[in-house]
Amino acid sequence: MSETHDHPTHTHDGKPIQEDALPPIDAHVLETSVRELLIEKGIISAGDIRRAIDVMESRNPALGAKIVARAWTDPEYRELLLTDSDRAMLAFGIDMRPMELCVVENTDEVHNMVVCTLCSCYPRPVLGIPPAWYKRRDYRSRAVREPRAVLQEFGTEIPSNKQVRVHDSNADLRYLVLPQRPAGTEGWDAEALARLVTRDSMIGVSDALSPADIED
Amino acid sequence: MEPRYKPGDRVLVLQRNQPGHVRTPMYVRGKTGVIERIVGAFPNPELLAYGHSGMPYKTLYRVNFRQDELWSDYDGPSDDTLEIEIYEHWLSPA
Repeated sequence: MSETHDHPTHTHDGKPIQEDALPPIDAHVLETSVRELLIEKGIISAGDIRRAIDVMESRNPALGAKIVARAWTDPEYRELLLTDSDRAMLAFGIDMRPMELCVVENTDEVHNMVVCTLCSCYPRPVLGIPPAWYKRRDYRSRAVREPRAVLQEFGTEIPSNKQVRVHDSNADLRYLVLPQRPAGTEGWDAEALARLVTRDSMIGVSDALSPADIED
Repeated sequence: MEPRYKPGDRVLVLQRNQPGHVRTPMYVRGKTGVIERIVGAFPNPELLAYGHSGMPYKTLYRVNFRQDELWSDYDGPSDDTLEIEIYEHWLSPA
């Protein structure tokens, strides 16, 4: 592409690389120092760190979706998920320790949503890395203060006769919302149902998709 | 360690100004809620965060608050609630 052609409707500001214009912040310097010391003293290796990152990045909402779909199709598993979430996670090879998982179920009467007002606590072993908005100050402060307005901004309208229950994930538990199984999915197997379970529905800022949402 | 409170008990979150790694957000301090469940015994994060063992263990509870108790001008139905984890040493009977 020529460098000189005109762009009446767009610009080329979106560079394919990112310039490191700013000096590293203190936290980066601290992290690098501690990491290098741990490696130098033989406590952990660079490979250990890379493998831990690999594991962290291999987790994603598809895992949570499988768990939800299993709960929708297997009443015994649903019961286990709600009463002994950590054991229910082990069935999918997920070890929550040292945290504990708390699964909260959406019903006709209650809609649950999750926030961590103090930082960004999130059920990472089940859902992976939290979305950027989950860590933002506006979501963290407004989700507890005006949850219905926040839900509306996600396109989620909760009728006034349904209770909204906000869970502040502020300490040792991590929360997963079990969304309601959408109407019109009678007879669907777990694999098909999992396609309706989104990350946002497991944080509780939306419902699961409806069959119409995934029609081609 | 015997938990001091049981599900259904009404509790007041202490209004205490304490610096450091405190897991009790400002917005619930001085507010009254109801114990939803006993979560268990956990090392105290206020000590753990600074390289200590976090001992002795502290009992952790989930406490349920009415939104209109937390925010006097809450804009929503009066049965909307919020649940949060509070360590025993931040609670007193209400």
